Amino acid sequence: MTAATILPNSLRSLPDERGHFGQFGGRYVAETLMPLILDLEREYRAAKQDPAFKAEFDGLMTHYVGRPSPLYYAERLTAYYRAKAPAGMGAKIYFKREELNHTGAHKINNCIGQILLAIRMGKTRIIAETGAGQHGVATATVCARFGLPCTIFMGAKDIERQQPNVFRMKLLGAEVRPVTSGSQSLKDAMNEALRDWVATVHDTFYIIGTAAGPHPYPELVRDFQSVIGTETREQILKAEGRLPDLLIAAVGGGSNAIGLFHPFLDDTDVAMIGTEAAGHGIDTDKHAASLTGGKPGILHGNKTYLLQDEDGQITEAHSISAGLDYPGIGPEHSWLHESGRVEYLPVTDREALDAFQLCSLQEGIIPALESAHALAALETKAQQLREDQIIVVNVSGRGDKDIYTVASAMGATI
Amino acid sequence: MTLNRLPSAFARAAEEGRAALVTFVTGGDPSPADTDAVLDALVEGGADVIELGMPFTDPIADGPAIQAANLRALDAGISTAGIFGIASAFRKRHPHVPLVLMGYANPMTIRGADWFAEECKSAGVDGVICVDIPPEEDDQLGPALRKAEVSLIRLATPTTDAARLPAVLEGASGFLYYVSVAGITGLQQAAQDSIDAAVAKLKAATDLPVVVGFGVRTPEQAAAIGSVAHGVVVGSAIVELVGKHGTQAAGPVRDYVASLRAALNAKEKAA
Repeated sequence: MTAATILPNSLRSLPDERGHFGQFGGRYVAETLMPLILDLEREYRAAKQDPAFKAEFDGLMTHYVGRPSPLYYAERLTAYYRAKAPAGMGAKIYFKREELNHTGAHKINNCIGQILLAIRMGKTRIIAETGAGQHGVATATVCARFGLPCTIFMGAKDIERQQPNVFRMKLLGAEVRPVTSGSQSLKDAMNEALRDWVATVHDTFYIIGTAAGPHPYPELVRDFQSVIGTETREQILKAEGRLPDLLIAAVGGGSNAIGLFHPFLDDTDVAMIGTEAAGHGIDTDKHAASLTGGKPGILHGNKTYLLQDEDGQITEAHSISAGLDYPGIGPEHSWLHESGRVEYLPVTDREALDAFQLCSLQEGIIPALESAHALAALETKAQQLREDQIIVVNVSGRGDKDIYTVASAMGATI
Repeated sequence: MTLNRLPSAFARAAEEGRAALVTFVTGGDPSPADTDAVLDALVEGGADVIELGMPFTDPIADGPAIQAANLRALDAGISTAGIFGIASAFRKRHPHVPLVLMGYANPMTIRGADWFAEECKSAGVDGVICVDIPPEEDDQLGPALRKAEVSLIRLATPTTDAARLPAVLEGASGFLYYVSVAGITGLQQAAQDSIDAAVAKLKAATDLPVVVGFGVRTPEQAAAIGSVAHGVVVGSAIVELVGKHGTQAAGPVRDYVASLRAALNAKEKAA
């Protein structure tokens, strides 16, 4: 919820009135949903102008989510990379601690915003899709908090690999509906949520978990998540008296990354890296790097980079991280990629697992596998920057949910 | 001449005092080679307009029957070139029966809208229904289809209100497809009262034929809708027959379509 003045040539002025970020974004939905999408946009514009809405959002952020999340100087990790770097090299590394939020990830920021919109619109039932289960847990949490019934669509494959989150959602009163079509992961969960929504538009609000989907979702999710970057900006100015040199965040759909990046887009001295899940490697057919290995197309309501074949059939994504296991990406990232403002790097399962263990050992912080993809970029980037330079990594979630996956990858039994 | 197949099919049905029968099957189901026989069965059963579904991996507007058909067709190796091959062959066998492609934006636009529209034209496709390109995103496909003189068939739904309807009709041609239920294909059917009221409003707003679909299964339902609309679409029920009978589907499909057509004809006698 940033209301700062935006210059006409700003990188922060998009989307346009049709919901486009350059050629990306838009509203590619069935006619049944169009009137509701237009309603949502009107309601969102009104809410943005309403001081009461902002006050309620901010109050919940402080007292329910536990914001602001700390900006933490990762001293031992900094020293670790400096020891490997040439003299004078090895940037100072900070973590934005989104994993300390209530429910353990950045997802809650967006869910608070969207459930307030749902209530404002008089909707009485909530649906959501989830991959890793973090968004499902965050949605189930706000539904419990506001007393609304909620159905979470989750791929059957993801249900199997994210059992702790499935149980958490059930404890919070949500119905978890397994999706057995297609690849049985996030993409298919989103298909099924859209199929539910088209039949229930009269009373149901769809809380989309990432900065993707039809306009205005990419914009409003970004705005709710921009609290991450806005806080980071204030915190780093206070700690260091200057802006960071590099921001790093993992990108699946891209909500934690756009939330960190967006308030800095016009600061041309701040470089940005989004890490995509490269699975077994982008030269294999088992990855989820839609910018590096895909091309523009239309899916789930927006035009964006997608993993697809030459006929436009969507191909299955793979990542060890269920939250990144998606063949698309938010449309604003596609635009930031094509405009060159943000660099997107592929990170493999192996690299993410190494970073997961390193962060746990060096900092006593077990990161989510999603966030481990961001941390993995430090392996090359930390030593390319000087000691007086600053990197902020978004630790978007905590890794408790991933211990079974990681144990299995390490050959350990729990 | 290609422009005339849809209007003349509706005109012919109207002359006979009945609604047109519009039938849908998924292209490439049960296999690319077996689709020709299924399409012929539709024509032999008395369909006036054929909708050929272009399979997509993520058919978000479709219920279980057509989802499964999409995956069967893709698993059996259907491609976009294969769909146009089926369309071209159909056009040679049936020079006068209108053929409409129905599907999703990504397969239709991946090689560029102009490429797609030209392929439609040269294959003898009369119209295109794209489920997930609403009027707001018309420039992704509409201009190319209009340039190639291929009809762009738009969808109206129970949520399309009077304020929005003119935008839906702008640039539409061929016919107007009224999706009678807010939902996905093949599940519940709308109450006849609500269909009557909606069709009356749509007829007042456009000169295009108004065709009603989603959830229509029985000859009785088809006849009831046919008494108010210019056409009736039946899809999932046929697709289920193809799913059940596979390579032997032509006979059951022909018989079922004939029963729908007989119900629409009976309305003519009653009138």
